[in-house]
Amino acid sequence: MEEEKQKGNPLEDANDRFILDRRQFLKALGGGILILFYSGDIAETQPPGTQGPLDFNAILRIGEDGRVTCYTGKIEMGQGIVTSLSQMLAEEMDVRLDSVDMVMGDTDLCPWDMGTFGSRSTKYFGPTLRKAAAEAKAVLIQLAGGHLKLPENRLIVKEGVVFDKEDAKKKVSYAGLAKGKKIEKRLEKKPHLKPVSAFTVSGKPVNRVDALGKVTGKAQFTGDIRLPGMLHARILRPPAHGARLKSVDTGAAEALKGVQVIKEGDLIAALHSHPDEAEKALARIKSEFEVPKAEVNDQTIFEHLLKVAPGGTVVQRAGEIEKGRGLAKLELEGTYHTRYVAHAPVETHTAVVNVEKDKVTVYASTQRPFSAKEEVAQALGVSSRDVRVITPFVGGGFGGKSWNRQVVEAARLSKLAGKPVQVAWSREEEFFYDTFQPAAIVKINSGLDDANRIAFWDYHVYFAGDRSSQLFYDVPHVSTVSHASWSGVPGAHPFQTGTWRAPGSNTNTFARESHIDLLAARAGVDSLAFRLDHLKDARMRRVLETVARRFGWNSSKRPSGKGEGVACADYNGTYVATMAEVAVDKNTGKVRVIRVVCCQDVGQVINPEGAKLQMEGCVMMGLGYSLSEEIHFNGGQIQERSYESYEIPRFTVLPKIETVLVENPEMPPQGGGEPAITCMGAVIANAVHDATGIRLFELPMTPERIKKALSRG
Amino acid sequence: MNMIETVEFKLNHKPVRLSIDGERTLLWVLRSDLGLTGAKFGCGKGICGACTVLINKKAFRSCQVPVKEIHGREITTIEGLAQNGKLHPLQKAFIDHDALQCGFCTPGMILNAYSLLIEKPKLTEKEILEGMNDNLCRCGVHQRIVQAIQSAAKAMRR
Repeated sequence: MEEEKQKGNPLEDANDRFILDRRQFLKALGGGILILFYSGDIAETQPPGTQGPLDFNAILRIGEDGRVTCYTGKIEMGQGIVTSLSQMLAEEMDVRLDSVDMVMGDTDLCPWDMGTFGSRSTKYFGPTLRKAAAEAKAVLIQLAGGHLKLPENRLIVKEGVVFDKEDAKKKVSYAGLAKGKKIEKRLEKKPHLKPVSAFTVSGKPVNRVDALGKVTGKAQFTGDIRLPGMLHARILRPPAHGARLKSVDTGAAEALKGVQVIKEGDLIAALHSHPDEAEKALARIKSEFEVPKAEVNDQTIFEHLLKVAPGGTVVQRAGEIEKGRGLAKLELEGTYHTRYVAHAPVETHTAVVNVEKDKVTVYASTQRPFSAKEEVAQALGVSSRDVRVITPFVGGGFGGKSWNRQVVEAARLSKLAGKPVQVAWSREEEFFYDTFQPAAIVKINSGLDDANRIAFWDYHVYFAGDRSSQLFYDVPHVSTVSHASWSGVPGAHPFQTGTWRAPGSNTNTFARESHIDLLAARAGVDSLAFRLDHLKDARMRRVLETVARRFGWNSSKRPSGKGEGVACADYNGTYVATMAEVAVDKNTGKVRVIRVVCCQDVGQVINPEGAKLQMEGCVMMGLGYSLSEEIHFNGGQIQERSYESYEIPRFTVLPKIETVLVENPEMPPQGGGEPAITCMGAVIANAVHDATGIRLFELPMTPERIKKALSRG
Repeated sequence: MNMIETVEFKLNHKPVRLSIDGERTLLWVLRSDLGLTGAKFGCGKGICGACTVLINKKAFRSCQVPVKEIHGREITTIEGLAQNGKLHPLQKAFIDHDALQCGFCTPGMILNAYSLLIEKPKLTEKEILEGMNDNLCRCGVHQRIVQAIQSAAKAMRR
């Protein structure tokens, strides 16, 4: 990559590529009306040297059959954008929802996109998609004007048919207008968008457009791809990260009928046309690894992290901490810990790669198809132009499928085997190579003044990242400093860490909202009232007040014994407030979450049911990192490598979940896939404190930790 | 090498006859040999339930079933649940309640629920939670799955 970048003038190269790519794309798409557009995040993020047009990252096409198709590099992994983006398109273009097609994550048909993460699709991509749709509609109206010989202001559109307002018999369909045309337009001007009040599709609940395929088994995931001659590969794995292969004997595996063994450097695999046969062959490979001495384990990790933590970056500063300290009548310190947490999607990382003479075809469960394309090209030493990545439905990502190790493995094996190869990680491999949510530490020092108001807030976060670390409460003297992000620094984590649903925010919100409760209890003020006393932000006040009404919150000094908690957060523009009721069994240390009410302001809501579904999913998934999910390890050795030892939330822990969307239609839509998960740690910790008087400073709040805290009193 | 034997069974209402190593697991025979990919691989240890299929209308983890054991039985996979182009009430309820996100666990969820409801058409909420507990969903759609099962149960009793 480095070498490539230095060659020639990168801008000229980019222009060359652009012209070629544009031709290539548009040829593949055929006739009709095409609107090329980009959402704001392309220029800043597309790395130099990557293939792809630079001035658009999505295409909208009205085909000669009148169908509306959006080509986007975004992918569907359960978050529901295949539905919400379709709704936006149908709305703006005045077509039926079922005449919209989404082509997602195919690098030959869709222009470059950085990936699907960070609850960005609806927020950043959605508005531009609407504009493109409005532009397309404008083109169609213009064509219709010519066709019907009527001025444009006489025309209206209903379900893909343009009518004369005054004589409904004069009409022409989108299909009729697009037929035989080849019109390409870039979205330049700012087209007139429909007012929210005129919406008939957006903002109305619709069932998921992918549901039928998913309940009948027709929806294809990467592991369901079958290519002629395809082999399934099982790869030899080390027992620990950092382990070195000392010796290997593949003789017994090679003796099996139909088995092909491949050895290339660190990549040793058994291949067979049936995956179970490949598995049997792998079991016959004898190997010896040298495991390096463990430097750190789950007991010593926090001490280690503080030792290797880099200097901080200031995230927020207001007033002067020392001045605030001087005003405080009492100081309260808290240190908060969160642990390594796995993504654990039910679909493991999977890829199918077919390396042929002039082209490489890849199917991958990935959140970043365009990164996969570059990675495969680099691994095989081919031009990325010759690599096509197709993304079938992804069986859960949560930030974990932003890394494409399995794709590169399948590509190398396909090249060496000379056949299409499928790599589908086992559950053990999935846990082993997970890019965990990192263990992290937050240290807060703060104080109350004579009026029981927060006088100062001195906040340091280590290894979680700075997302949601900014204080939104009204405090005169604030310092927020972040030391290293979720990806860590060399030598920090004994394995890879990365983005995990709402990266950084789970840790920061747990720490902040726990500490606010600590201060409220010390002040002798109800925890909701204490928050509202420190909040001018109208949106945050509104979500808190709404959730309190729905929950039936009664103001009281905490701990009250009732087991109620509150927490709120601001995540990339979305506001969320959550209340929970818990019961703590003091004998077993088990926390049962009985009821959760979650209220969210995401601005304009496209699919209310979809948005609520995401919130419910956040609540349920959030129970895991709050109560049970944790990776134990010794150096690079991972202990939890199955769903038996790693406990994700199941049906029997399901609380009663209620979700409320605050109406805010004039604000552009914000992201909704992650925000609600961020409150879960704190809302449960605060409810546990309310129930027992015991405060937990570490997640997950396992029965052992609860019992230990109870015995300390 | 294990013995090659003849295994005969009904798969989604059609007879199938295989000459096969009887020790191979049903999941891979379905997915790999027979090309039916509705049953998913999630763990290979019978823990997650993504591979659930019906054997004589009862839910089994196909990753734990040697194919020889299904000789003479009736297998239903998610592909065979809808009949004559008509969705089963459970499939319809999963759609109506948005009881899925990524959809990877969905076939197993539906077939496990089917098995529960065949055994006991009227289930309490507690019985649903317990009966579904060993089917894992990471997207967190549990509440809607329970609702879908409840409304499908009503439809099935009708």
